[in-house]
Amino acid sequence: MAKELWKGNEAIAEAAIKAGCKFFFGYPITPQNEIPEYMAMRMPQIEGAAFVQAESEVAAINMVYGGAGSGARVMTSSSSPGISLKQEGITYIAGAELPCVIVNIVRGGPGLGGIQPAQSDYFQATKGGGHGDYRLLVLAPSSVQEAVDLTQEAFDMADQYRNPVMIMGDGMIGQMMEPVEFTDVPKRNLPEKTWATTGTKGKREHNVINSLFIDPAACEKHNIHLFEKYAEMEKNEVRVEEYNMDGAEIVFVAYGTTARIVKNAIATLGKEGIKAGLIRPITLWPYPSKTVEAAAAKANVKAFLTVEMSMGQMVEDVRLAVNGAKPVHFYGRTGGMVPTPAAIVAEAKKVLGGAK
Amino acid sequence: MTHEIVMAGFGGQGVMAIGKIIAEAGLKEGKNVSWLPSYGPEMRGGTASCNVIVSADPVGSPIVTGATEAIVLNRPSLDKFEKDVVPGGMLFINSSLIDKKSTRDDIKVYYVPANDIANELGNGKIANMVMLGAYIAATNAVSEDTIMEIVTEMFQGKKASVIPLNKEALAKGAECVK
Repeated sequence: MAKELWKGNEAIAEAAIKAGCKFFFGYPITPQNEIPEYMAMRMPQIEGAAFVQAESEVAAINMVYGGAGSGARVMTSSSSPGISLKQEGITYIAGAELPCVIVNIVRGGPGLGGIQPAQSDYFQATKGGGHGDYRLLVLAPSSVQEAVDLTQEAFDMADQYRNPVMIMGDGMIGQMMEPVEFTDVPKRNLPEKTWATTGTKGKREHNVINSLFIDPAACEKHNIHLFEKYAEMEKNEVRVEEYNMDGAEIVFVAYGTTARIVKNAIATLGKEGIKAGLIRPITLWPYPSKTVEAAAAKANVKAFLTVEMSMGQMVEDVRLAVNGAKPVHFYGRTGGMVPTPAAIVAEAKKVLGGAK
Repeated sequence: MTHEIVMAGFGGQGVMAIGKIIAEAGLKEGKNVSWLPSYGPEMRGGTASCNVIVSADPVGSPIVTGATEAIVLNRPSLDKFEKDVVPGGMLFINSSLIDKKSTRDDIKVYYVPANDIANELGNGKIANMVMLGAYIAATNAVSEDTIMEIVTEMFQGKKASVIPLNKEALAKGAECVK
């Protein structure tokens, strides 16, 4: 298929349909509205599929809970304040071990914040969000093409681990148009969903979907089981792009659209004779800590500079991975403001001046 | 060469549309492209703008901070984006609606009476295509033939009747920069 120009939000929706998403439950919020809009148009064209505009975000995520329980591929999408409302449902789904895909097209916060691009939901996505010990697989695309590929694969990941997967984009990923080719991503070898509540037809014991473990020993056992699963994810699913790292004296760490802005800054620095590289986490959880740790051990690397559209969230994971081996600096814009390549270049020079 | 283009005007003047046409044409010519709209709580008559990048190299930031070219269809857009054009860049001004001259002497400025031309052609809505014609003729960012291929794909069936008008608008715009 030839490349076509697609808007990020619509491309994510089409990718979900191509991956076999049968039910979409949503509630409008900018800057992700094109996802439910597109689903409302497309889902009725697909046999056995449905689009439901729920009465609220809370209703939408609980419809996801129910749909996932039936074994269907289900998705919801929202933006920051709406994702906050969904957190109760997300922890229940994680606790009940059900697969689903949740899209967060992040905007400025806290509270209602604004509608322009941001990355200030990193903590919420990677460190919990809802209550209890649980993890989401969190994927951070940096282009519309990557958003398409990751969305398709997210459904397989969710089914493989029986766990919610979050696609974390920002307003720019959702709103911009870029060339896209819908290719068939490699299908994983997935087990049958024997746990789904599809009706026993009198032939088997009934399945139970629940996150309630009233006996503390059973609840602890369940948590230990979940963490064995998360360890598998950490072993198998870490993804990262390393860019221009050979001989880099300063290493940027950035994800999503911010990483693209950093690449412009790296080009400018290169012209001025400053070698700069980039570590771009594609999975925000599991985090590519080993890649960061390995870079910190290199003699040529003098310092790290984490760039985010937040007041500094991912930088904590960079510091944990660097573990004091090298200085870790931070530069960020927030509230919907986007860092410019020139500002990043200036910050890098400041850092190197201080590191020499 | 990398074209980093800003185009802006009132909502309804068709700046998003000509941005999409340039991006589609770039893609058709095998170039790397991105199209990023301004989005926000605007109503009819509010300002709209978009950033388009057409490049032989992969597109880094989709945000245009130094525009190689700017196309402005109304006065507020001139005031806002004139300073964003890099030295040596180009500025296309819709002189039908903007009576102010550019104050920049380090860029090439084209004055295109787009609404007057569109009205002469019998359809005021096509002023954006006049601006696009001027832009393409001055920059060759994409070829006029590719633009016409995209326009032909856009208007199919009953709507195909507007294709000659669009072609004429592009040609009249091109004349303004020759």
